[in-house]
Amino acid sequence: MAIETTADGRFGAFGGRYVPETLVPALDELERALEQALADPAFHAELNGMLQHYAGRPSAMSDAPRFSERVGAPVWLKREDLNHTGAHKINNALAQALLARRMGKRRIIAETGAGQHGVATATVCARLGLECVVYMGEEDMRRQRLNVYRMRLMGATVVPVTAGTRTLKDATTEAIRDWVTTCPTSHYIIGSVVGPAPYPRMVRDFQAIIGREARAQMLERAGRLPRAVVACVGGGSNAMGIFHAFVDDANVDLIGVEAAGHGLDSGSHSASLSRGTPGVLHGALSYLLQDEHGQVHPAHSISAGLDYPGVGPEHSYLKEIGRATYVSVTDEQALEGFALLGRLEGIIPALETAHAVWWIASQRGRWAAEEPVLLCVSGRGDKDVAQVSELGAGPG
Amino acid sequence: MLTERFDALRAQGRRALVCYATAGHPDPERSISLWQGLEEAGADVLEVGVPFSDPMADGPVIQASSQAALAHGVTLDAALALVARAKLGIPVVLFTYLNPLIAAGPDVLRRAADAGVHGVLVTDLPVGSDAARESWLGEGPLDFVRLVAPTTPPTRMAEIARHGRGFVYLISRLGVTGVSDTLPEDLPQTIAALRRVCTLPICVGFGISRPEHARVVGAHADGIVVGSAIVGAAGKSVDAAVTLARELRRALDGRTA
Repeated sequence: MAIETTADGRFGAFGGRYVPETLVPALDELERALEQALADPAFHAELNGMLQHYAGRPSAMSDAPRFSERVGAPVWLKREDLNHTGAHKINNALAQALLARRMGKRRIIAETGAGQHGVATATVCARLGLECVVYMGEEDMRRQRLNVYRMRLMGATVVPVTAGTRTLKDATTEAIRDWVTTCPTSHYIIGSVVGPAPYPRMVRDFQAIIGREARAQMLERAGRLPRAVVACVGGGSNAMGIFHAFVDDANVDLIGVEAAGHGLDSGSHSASLSRGTPGVLHGALSYLLQDEHGQVHPAHSISAGLDYPGVGPEHSYLKEIGRATYVSVTDEQALEGFALLGRLEGIIPALETAHAVWWIASQRGRWAAEEPVLLCVSGRGDKDVAQVSELGAGPG
Repeated sequence: MLTERFDALRAQGRRALVCYATAGHPDPERSISLWQGLEEAGADVLEVGVPFSDPMADGPVIQASSQAALAHGVTLDAALALVARAKLGIPVVLFTYLNPLIAAGPDVLRRAADAGVHGVLVTDLPVGSDAARESWLGEGPLDFVRLVAPTTPPTRMAEIARHGRGFVYLISRLGVTGVSDTLPEDLPQTIAALRRVCTLPICVGFGISRPEHARVVGAHADGIVVGSAIVGAAGKSVDAAVTLARELRRALDGRTA
């Protein structure tokens, strides 16, 4: 049952292209360019070469003996944190930047929440000699100062967004406004499996290398497929990236972990799939945190990368058909997960990943001793250390 | 009612002045006096903007007006209540993003018509994007006004023109709503290209803010849409916005200010 999009780029009823007319021809152009690139062996050769020699792929698969003991089942870690720039975001940024260059677009726009996608985009733009403009909420710039500095160090322009909640949602809106103004000369590298078609499918396909590698690594190292694949979900690109290769494996549970913020009943969370309703934001129909008037409800999460009121449309579809399950983990629990993986395995995960870490740790007894669980370590936690230490969490 | 209005204007050899105002801005009460003032100043059509939390096609002026209106609790149904109270004699077109429209339920178009709305324009529902929702809008009680952008190729222009009702809204330039100092140089050519495939009246919006813009665009199009300039003026005072509308009307009618 491989998930195929319909002719108009939907996953079931979800997705679509709800954009201002100005962008319709730009999306048509992108779709044609993508199709041509994917049919061109030279594109794949260049992309694969850069993924290997620049980004450091394939990423490692680590066993996690002490964490596994705690969980009561063998946990395997897909180490996207070891990629150049410290997260899975480089996979997509690299591919889209190469695509933009093929399209003759020398100016790149990106939005960023935690800054990981912004850093990845700034990085590949530096490498390919492209101009880079990154929109980032002012609140996120405060939370992720180090990443702002990194982007600027590599020559990117970081534009503070002061509208709304000053987080990823508003940065995305502002990036779209830039693209409406500059689409003939700019390419917008969306950082997640969100946005109008063809973005959700394209970003998934560029992230699907995570799952392809992980599936082969599991068969080689564990001698079998995992019983469950677990990943955090904000927009959902690392999750779609690792899920995609396993969608047809009916015995593999796919579990996405959303941010429950201060708690699902607090009204202050980012759990769009758990608590949202279908709606249209940023060009796609998907689950969305919104009020009864269709106004988007501000999201909250301790991790800037999950702090988004929407989610990729393919996740909405996987939820609807029952192929994936979505659970949620609070800020406080994520901080425990953050510390836990560091203490037990010497791996400090991104706060985003820490949600999935905590959820697995909380599920002792769910899996038999021989049933492997695969966790996507979407990014490393270096960017979060300052924020977590300011909160007074972790060691005293 | 939109068609009648444009037919009458055409018969008189006049151009339409379409004024945009965000419902509930500067506040609900002044919103009503603003709309009535715009009608008195000679507006032919009023576009009532439905406030939305994430207006991705709008520039800073309309964004700020939406935020102010939302702070006053004005959402889609509150906007309809204001339209009903304003009792305007000119056609009203609801200008909205899709999400508030979906959230308002399937009978919202009927409720809007009952409140005195004649047309609807949806920023983020381009032609061909959602057959079911486009039919719902196209077959409902309101004229479903469609947009053409400067990036729209001629074949698509024809398709959009076929689907439109009332008038076609031509976006003058790339970008979001907002005032501009100058008009795009190729605007007359874009209007001419659209005219070749379109029998509906053509109204041009985005960046049209001054009487001299009105004169230039009025020479080529059937009407002009003025949004951010009106909203910006209304942020200062209702009188300022009405005065601007009056100046635009004079310019459009070829009279000197």
